[in-house]
Amino acid sequence: MEFRYLPMTDQDKKDMLTTIGVESTDELFSDIPSKVRFNRELNLKRPANEAQLKKELTDMANKNANLKNNSSFLGAGVYDHFIPSVVDHVISRSEFYTAYTPYQPEISQGELQAIFEFQTMISELTGMPIANSSMYDGGTSLAEAVNLSAAQTKRKKILVSKTVHPESRAVIKSYAKGPNLDIVEIDHKNGVTDLEHLESQLDENTASVVIQYPNFFGQVEKLDRVRDLISAQKKTMFIVSSNPLALGYLTPPGEFDADIVVGDTQVFGIPAQFGGPHCGYFATTKKLMRKVPGRLVGQTTDEDGVRGFVLTLQAREQHIRRDKATSNICSNQALNALASSVAMSSIGKHGLKKMATLNMQKARYAKQKFLDAGFEVLSDAPFFNEFAIKLTKSVKEVNARLLEKGIIGGYDLSDAYPELNHHMLVAVTEIRTKEEIDAFVKELGDIHG
Amino acid sequence: MANKDFPLIFERSKEGRTSYSLPELDVPEVNLDDEFEASYVRKTAPNLPEVSELEVMRHYTGLSNRNFGVDSGFYPLGSCTMKYNPKINEDVARLDGFSHIHPYQDSSTVQGAMEMLYDLQTSLSEITGMHEVSLQPAAGAQGEWTGLMMIRAYHEANGDFNRTKVIVPDSAHGTNPASATVAGFEAVTVKSNEKGLVDLEDLKQVVGEDTAALMLTNPNTLGLFETEIVEMAEIVHEAGGKLYYDGANLNAIMGYARPGDMGFDVVHLNLHKTFTGPHGGGGPGSGPVGVSEELEAFLPKPILMKKDDKLVFEYDRPQSIGRVKPYYGNFGINLRAYTYIRTMGAEGLKKVSEYAVLNANYMMRQLEKEYDLPYPQHCKHEFVLSGRRQKKLGVRTLDIAKRLLDYGYHPPTIYFPLNVEEALMVEPTETESKETLDGFIDIMLSISEEAKNDPELVQEAPHNTIVKRMDETTAARKPILRYED
Repeated sequence: MEFRYLPMTDQDKKDMLTTIGVESTDELFSDIPSKVRFNRELNLKRPANEAQLKKELTDMANKNANLKNNSSFLGAGVYDHFIPSVVDHVISRSEFYTAYTPYQPEISQGELQAIFEFQTMISELTGMPIANSSMYDGGTSLAEAVNLSAAQTKRKKILVSKTVHPESRAVIKSYAKGPNLDIVEIDHKNGVTDLEHLESQLDENTASVVIQYPNFFGQVEKLDRVRDLISAQKKTMFIVSSNPLALGYLTPPGEFDADIVVGDTQVFGIPAQFGGPHCGYFATTKKLMRKVPGRLVGQTTDEDGVRGFVLTLQAREQHIRRDKATSNICSNQALNALASSVAMSSIGKHGLKKMATLNMQKARYAKQKFLDAGFEVLSDAPFFNEFAIKLTKSVKEVNARLLEKGIIGGYDLSDAYPELNHHMLVAVTEIRTKEEIDAFVKELGDIHG
Repeated sequence: MANKDFPLIFERSKEGRTSYSLPELDVPEVNLDDEFEASYVRKTAPNLPEVSELEVMRHYTGLSNRNFGVDSGFYPLGSCTMKYNPKINEDVARLDGFSHIHPYQDSSTVQGAMEMLYDLQTSLSEITGMHEVSLQPAAGAQGEWTGLMMIRAYHEANGDFNRTKVIVPDSAHGTNPASATVAGFEAVTVKSNEKGLVDLEDLKQVVGEDTAALMLTNPNTLGLFETEIVEMAEIVHEAGGKLYYDGANLNAIMGYARPGDMGFDVVHLNLHKTFTGPHGGGGPGSGPVGVSEELEAFLPKPILMKKDDKLVFEYDRPQSIGRVKPYYGNFGINLRAYTYIRTMGAEGLKKVSEYAVLNANYMMRQLEKEYDLPYPQHCKHEFVLSGRRQKKLGVRTLDIAKRLLDYGYHPPTIYFPLNVEEALMVEPTETESKETLDGFIDIMLSISEEAKNDPELVQEAPHNTIVKRMDETTAARKPILRYED
């Protein structure tokens, strides 16, 4: 069997063994005690040649209903947005994707500068003074923010609105077990945070309040009211999770004095790919600069005074600080941060607002069509590009029938919110056409009866 | 290339230029500002660049030319496994049926994707000898934390709340103690002996009723196989602790030994290392965890399983540590790893480890002529040299690393592991040819000569790179973390 990734010839091997002074490669493994030596062949599928494997995987891919061959109204944290062609051309450059973390700045200026630009773009979008080089995803970034708030305030109680993404809340709870935090969930009223419940739970033991903006239901939370409530408690931190595309239209959380803003840049240039890899971002205040998890790139100069970039403030990180590090994160999502940077560069200053409002206009058109067709909607509060409607049948059943018509229906809210039985969360992005929306409303109406 | 500033994308920006092509507004327009209080409508547009499409490409192509990857040249970065990243992996990851599927689609509509994941987790179970695998963790560090949380849940399920300590060797990677802390444990260190292996006597001293786990890589960070692994497992297990395998170094032993057979209870793997998911300039990675039967109940949920011939995500897992990441892990990276495993098969993966070890030993035996080799036994996939001989000449390991840049090589990992003075950690990987290794060996030997004859040449390196050594002190003292107009 030939293996095209392995360049060693028989003669090479012979020569090298002679140089080492052993008879066979087996001798090099003689330090593995016989008790734990693996003495059979691994039971794996036979190796496949390139043509065969491509065929096999293409067949596997074709078994899946994809977002390109169907019109999708599914969002709930992962969105089908337009991806400019330049994105894939840039991230396919192997100088980027086959590089390691840029620990040698002299030969990594490209990656370092790209990250510095990413940090700047996230800072601009969120209205926060600094941003890091990326986190795994929005959910884990939020969990890191929560743990940071507890460490910073030396408090254990965290208030998380139930309008925060259910999977992010699940991740927060898992991360909270390490430092033994007390996670208290705040109720929602028709898909917005119940501020009275929030106020009743907020006290001098509260490390932070976590709000999503726009929230999981697509609705725009009242950040100014939340901020006012928090400000009554000294030290309590305000953590906001934000879809960065929405910030093309909405006032950024930084202007509501958020302490930490996190989210996912999947909306910029990253395909859904079954939920990952996406790209978390983490933005915060200068005060917390030395507590930020993950990598930070800073600007400096070389010996000749030429501007350049380096990984900086590394005393926060696991490879230096070990058990005293602010987080254990090591690998992040650098290549996806690059994809988002290219997408953001391409969309640009004015394109961003245009893209955000296109989402909003099309979502409003769809919502009005549903109202006209006699559907009940969960709320008439301000929203971004998602809204919830009530069906007469289970969402699962409805979605199965929609797929027969080439439509991927919305998210089944009853999965995470039992009180919202038969409620579908509908996402409408800029790439859905009027025809697709009309067809979706019509088909749902037909099924709805 | 000219030795000067490369403009930031913001500095290329000019009011009125665009690179976007957005869909038409094909629905009746409503006045959005009526819906929102004025304080919620953004007043100042974020300062994103205004550039044409060509300028976007020129900018990022220019940046890529200022970067070094495995496709650019040899990258013998110890503990990072910088092997070739196969191109078929990239192609299949871009198939619409994989890249454009949504995690909340009904499972009946994504059976192809789930089949791939199921086959991957089954393959990884076999390769590691573990009972069950979860593909959810996003990267190695998250896999470590996930594994430790499972160990914690296991002890607590047994009513054992006093196991607060995680033992790590003094040579361990920094993520190990960091993950222990994040999981709510205290990290304690076990010493290495004169052979570079865990000191069994010290281990016996350190373990006790408060031991939750011992975290190990095997081969360890010195590239040496822990020959007394069976005895170590016994010591830890007898004390009631669990054994954690950091899969960073799995590339050395595939088909030769399996962590499960060595007595490890939990394993994490770095698919972006051993299984070629590219490093991407620092990610994304993927860090699956494998467990013994005893710990299966604690795996993160959902788990992917077969039910009535259909693949399903199972959430009914009462003892699970919960969810560690939204959705189902870094699917795109898992797909690349799967493609690699299908390309290599059992025979290929064993050859991978054979050649990774052959290459490392070949380099080690030639480099020890000029560089101190603190641990002279056969190594596995990597080895650690000490630059202390050169240090006496005033040439530091950092200088040697920088001098390598002049010759077009990425340097080895330096100053790690911490228990070797002036460490140089070399991992050639199996995808490099003998000619490449010989070229690097020649240069390393000639740098040693330079250190003797012309130390300044090495001390002042690099000379040929687009920028020279960076002022990292100022970067940290007066941080500039974003562009300002």
